[in-house]
Amino acid sequence: MAKKKNGKPFELMDCALITLATGKRALNLRELRDRISEIEESSLYYHFYENLLRPSFDDPEFRNDFALWAKRALHDTRLAEKLGTLNPPSCCSMDELRRMLVDVIEDQLAEREFVPWARPEDEFHFLTSRVVVFDTGRRLNTWEELGRSVRGMSTGSIFYHFIEARRRPPVELDDFSAWLKQWEDATAAVREGLARVDYYFWTLSELRERIAKVFADFPDKGEGR
Amino acid sequence: MSALPSLAAYGEVAGKDVIEHLRQLARRLKGIRVVHVNSTRVGGGVAEILNRLIPLMNELGVNATWEVIEGTPEFFAVTKSFHNGIQGFPVNVSEKALRIYEEVSRHNAERLRDQLLSADVVFIHDPQPARMMMHLPERKGKWIWRCHVDVSRPHRPVWKYLREVVKGYDASIFSLADFAQQLPHPQYLIPPSIDPLSAKNVELPAEEVRMVMEEFGLDPSRPLLVQVSRFDRFKDPIGVIEAYKLVRQYFPVQLALAGGTAVDDPEGAAVLAEVEKAAEGDPDIKILLLPPDADRAINALQRAAVVVVQKSIKEGFGLTVTEAMWKGKPVIGGHAGGIKLQVANYHTGFLVHSPEGAALRIRYLLNHPELIVQMGVKARSFVREHFLLTRHLREYLTLMVSLIHGDGERIVLR
Repeated sequence: MAKKKNGKPFELMDCALITLATGKRALNLRELRDRISEIEESSLYYHFYENLLRPSFDDPEFRNDFALWAKRALHDTRLAEKLGTLNPPSCCSMDELRRMLVDVIEDQLAEREFVPWARPEDEFHFLTSRVVVFDTGRRLNTWEELGRSVRGMSTGSIFYHFIEARRRPPVELDDFSAWLKQWEDATAAVREGLARVDYYFWTLSELRERIAKVFADFPDKGEGR
Repeated sequence: MSALPSLAAYGEVAGKDVIEHLRQLARRLKGIRVVHVNSTRVGGGVAEILNRLIPLMNELGVNATWEVIEGTPEFFAVTKSFHNGIQGFPVNVSEKALRIYEEVSRHNAERLRDQLLSADVVFIHDPQPARMMMHLPERKGKWIWRCHVDVSRPHRPVWKYLREVVKGYDASIFSLADFAQQLPHPQYLIPPSIDPLSAKNVELPAEEVRMVMEEFGLDPSRPLLVQVSRFDRFKDPIGVIEAYKLVRQYFPVQLALAGGTAVDDPEGAAVLAEVEKAAEGDPDIKILLLPPDADRAINALQRAAVVVVQKSIKEGFGLTVTEAMWKGKPVIGGHAGGIKLQVANYHTGFLVHSPEGAALRIRYLLNHPELIVQMGVKARSFVREHFLLTRHLREYLTLMVSLIHGDGERIVLR
C-alpha cells in the first residue's frame, strides 16, 4: 500500500456556497463606482471569483461581473474590455483590486459627456456569500493518490483547494502545490504545471479536468510512494 | 403508488460526488427538526418541489415535515390579490380582505402551533402562510420566508403591508437577485429546481409519447409548439396563440396549451375562458386542462414538442422552462424573472418581448433544425449542472448550517 513520504496527509475539504443579496444596487456607471468604493471585500471577491459557482452562460471572455455588466447592461464593450483585463491573480489584495476598478471607471466617466445608464431590469446587484467549509474525512497520502483523486472531487473541493486557498497562508499558492512541496524536486514539474493553469478563465468542471491532466502529464515515478 | 426515489437514484443522474457532498453537509444537521409550510399540497411548482425535497431531507437525517394551511375561498382570493400585487399589478385589497387574511392566519397558527414551536427551522413558502409567525411570539427556532414569486417591482401598497408581515423573519429567500427587497435580515438567493426522477421529467418510451399525442388529437407528423403553465394572465397564453398564428403562415405547426388549476388560484377559470375564445375555430390549437396527476402526459407533451414556449410577462422562476430544457428542447421565453437566468440567446433558446418576437424566433429555429438539436444538448447539460433538485437541497442544507452553526461569511466545520 502506498505510504506518505513524510508530513501530514492531504486533508480533502469541500465547501458549499450560498449567495446573498447585499441590498446594494447600481443603475448607472457613477453609482457602480460609488458602490464599489464602499462595498465589503467579500462582495468584490464574490464578483471576481465566487461567481464561478453560480449558474450562468456568461461570456468566458469577461470573467468578472463588472465587465459583464458593462457589456450587457451598458453596451460598452470598450469599458468591458478594460474591466475584463483586471486580473485578480496578479493583484496584491482585494483593496488594490478595488482601487484599480475605481480607476478604470473614473477614467471612463471622465472621457464621457454623459453617465451611461442601464435599463431598470438590468441593475447591477452587489452580492455576497456564506461559505460552509467541511472536512470530507478523506485523507490522501501520496501525490499519486492525490492525482488519481482529482477527477472524483466535487467542484466545491476544487474551488476550496485551488482558488480559495490563495487567500489563506501561504498566500497565492493553491493547496495542492503547497502540500506537494514536501517532495521537493520530485514534484517540481507537477507544481510548475499547476502554477501554469490559468484558473481565472475556466469553469470549475473544466478546471478540475485541467488539474487532473497536469497530474497525468507528470506521473509519479515512485518518489511519492 | 410507487416509492419515491432514494438519494442513490439521484446519484445516477446528478453524479455520485454530488450525493456524497450532500451527506457530508447534512451530517452537521442530523436530528434537527425542520417544518415547511405552504398553501397547497397539489398544483404549482412549490408543492412539486416539497413533495420530493422533504423525503430526501429525511433520508439525510434531517427530521423534516410538510404542513399545509387551511383557507376559505375568500382567504385564497385575498392571497391571490397579494400574489398579483407582489408581481406589480395594481390591486385593491380592502380592510375587510386583510381581516380575513389575518383571521385565517391566526387560525392556522393555532392549528399548527405545536409543530411550529418545536421546530429548529421553519420554512414558510410565499405570502399565504407568512402571517402565522406574528401569532407565535414565543417561537425559538429560525424562521425563513421563502418567496417564490417575482417581487422585483411590487405594487407598493401590497408590499408595504406584506413587508410588515415578513420583516420579523430571521432570513428570507428569493429566487433571483432582482427580487431582493429592503428587509432587515439576510436575504439568500436560491433558484428552485426540477426533479429529474419525477413522473414529469423521467425518460419516456417513444411509444408513450406517441400515444399521448394521439390521445390529445395531435398530429405526430407536424411540428408541435407547447406551453405548459397554469391559465394565468402572467403566463400570456393569449400572446402564445398570437405567436402561433403568425408562425402558422409559414409552417404547418400545431399548438398545445397545457395547464391545470390550483386550489389557491381562483382566477384560473376566467383566464381559461378567454383562452378558449381566442382559440375558437382553430382545430390545431389544443387547450388541455389537465388534472394535477397528469405529470406523465405533460412530460410526453414537452418531449413531443419541437420548441417549447414560456412567454410569461411575469415569472417567479419558470420551472416549466427548466423541465423543457432538461428534455433537450430550446425554449422561447418571455424576458421575465428566472427565465432570464435559464434562457440565453443562441445557447438554450431565445428571450422575447412580444408575440411577434416569439413568432420570429420560432420561425428561425424551424428553419434551422440543426440549431434545435445543438441548443437542446446545451440546455440539458446546463440544467444538470445547476437546476436539479440535488443542488436545491444542497443550498437549503448550506443555509441551515450557516444559520445554526454561525453567521460569519465563512464557516469551517471539522
